[in-house]
Amino acid sequence: MSQINKEKGVQFIFLGIALLSITMLFLIMLFLFMEGIPVFEHVSIKEFIFGDLWYPTDDEPAFGIFPLIIGSFSVASFSAILAIPLGIMTAIYIAEIADKRIAEIVKPVVELMASMPSVVIGFFGMIVVAPFLQKFFNIPVGLNLFNAGLMLAFMAIPTICSISEDALFSVPSALKEGSYALGATHLETIIKITIPAALSGISTGVILGLSRAIGETMVVLMVAGGAAIVPGSIFDPIRPMPSTIAAEMAEAPYHSEHYYALFAVAITLFIFTFIFNLAADYISYKYKQTEESY
Amino acid sequence: MKYLIKSIIYLLFIAISASSLIAGELTIKGSTTVLPIAQKCAEAYMAANPDVKITLSGGGSGNGIKAIVDGTADIGNSSRFIKGKEIKLAQSKDIYPVPFRVALDCIAPVVNPSNKVSKLTMDQLKNIYLGNIKNWKEVGGKDAKIVVISRDSSSGTFEVWKKLVMNKERVMPGALTIPSNGAVVQAISKTPGAIGYIGLGYNSKDIKTVKINNVEPTEANTLNGTFPITRPMFMFTNNWPKGDTMGFIAFVLSKEGQKLVTEAGSIPIF
Repeated sequence: MSQINKEKGVQFIFLGIALLSITMLFLIMLFLFMEGIPVFEHVSIKEFIFGDLWYPTDDEPAFGIFPLIIGSFSVASFSAILAIPLGIMTAIYIAEIADKRIAEIVKPVVELMASMPSVVIGFFGMIVVAPFLQKFFNIPVGLNLFNAGLMLAFMAIPTICSISEDALFSVPSALKEGSYALGATHLETIIKITIPAALSGISTGVILGLSRAIGETMVVLMVAGGAAIVPGSIFDPIRPMPSTIAAEMAEAPYHSEHYYALFAVAITLFIFTFIFNLAADYISYKYKQTEESY
Repeated sequence: MKYLIKSIIYLLFIAISASSLIAGELTIKGSTTVLPIAQKCAEAYMAANPDVKITLSGGGSGNGIKAIVDGTADIGNSSRFIKGKEIKLAQSKDIYPVPFRVALDCIAPVVNPSNKVSKLTMDQLKNIYLGNIKNWKEVGGKDAKIVVISRDSSSGTFEVWKKLVMNKERVMPGALTIPSNGAVVQAISKTPGAIGYIGLGYNSKDIKTVKINNVEPTEANTLNGTFPITRPMFMFTNNWPKGDTMGFIAFVLSKEGQKLVTEAGSIPIF
């Protein structure tokens, strides 16, 4: 076989593999929509999205997922508020400020946090954090939005930190040296030069970290409390979309209204994460443009 | 030609009856509440009768009874009695479902051990779960918010609670829902103001059961019928059972089988 034919063959195999994974993803999506759409024969889209009662197994069931949507968003935003600054500042410390020796210890430890199974984090939240929150804040129950947000932030920080750190590290030293040569201090250089130059990588890290948080199931199932209400404070229990699906799917009779409704929740979740990722892609693309203009 | 068809049918009949005799297969389907009992009994029964193979699956009480009506299972487990609609459907298919009461289940309201409240009425319990009673001082406890813990709407325990305590009214949306009996025990032991409900088999010293109308949730009070939140668990067969099906049901109802019922966390019927 000639070299060119071999090359073509390998190319073909890889094309096949790539097509296979895309087809599989597409089929999963198709399945999701096929199993979810039938619920709209029983309930209108508006009632489904904006209805505020979720009683899927009643004789006259109510399929309103508004509290679930708000639950997902509130917990994701709360974890973002905690995880973004912590993750990015840790990355800045490791990449720019810390001694080499200290950085070599801190970095693997942060990355180790990412390998923690979510069920372990959930268990930790349930057994250790919940009773602590009850005592510390003097609240009736520790399984709530605050606890879940805290645990999700814990899961998102390693991703945000390690990707941001890589981005900060790969900022060309010529840029930083130029800044120092103009008389800027270390801090001014970090804020005005290094961070803007690495912004595309940092935002990728933030998005990957947060998409882990919004789709995470086990942790919210264990520590969010599971009450399908629109939370009035950060200490109220919530029921995000993934935990609803996980808790109810096993017992929902095949092809019942409840089954279709759970798939429709999955569609909603899918659409939201899709929009989220699309927006993220756009942001990182936009900042990449400015980076190239340096 | 007629003779040929007749003989084929005859041969087929012999083959089918022979295979069912040799293989000794038993299919059991239905309620997840009865499943642990069926599982323990099936393991013990298969160990004692190695030629019998038992296939077990869950799917809920409705599916268990449906399997009997459709003939897809030999035994259908159910944590409720058969409904009128299901009997009519069975009759239309010439199926005669026979119930066997194999165990009892008692669902006990539980609170944190530090809670002073040790008894409630059914009405108070219902109003707590409706969200009308919000503070422990309204039912004789200290001034603290009641944290209401319920189960997911698809759980069998929740179904009984809803039927017997809530009278089919809705549990308030603000109630915490927790995915398993074990997790409810865990949450209540860590939350001073919490109230929840569990199958009596899951009771532990980290939590405290509450008397209802002055009756304590115990095995004895379940058997004598004074405790109000109990339910029988059934195994249904098509017609009076024969062969291995009979053997298995007899085993579940034997002294040894009822001991396994206790191990599975339910209450034996004798």
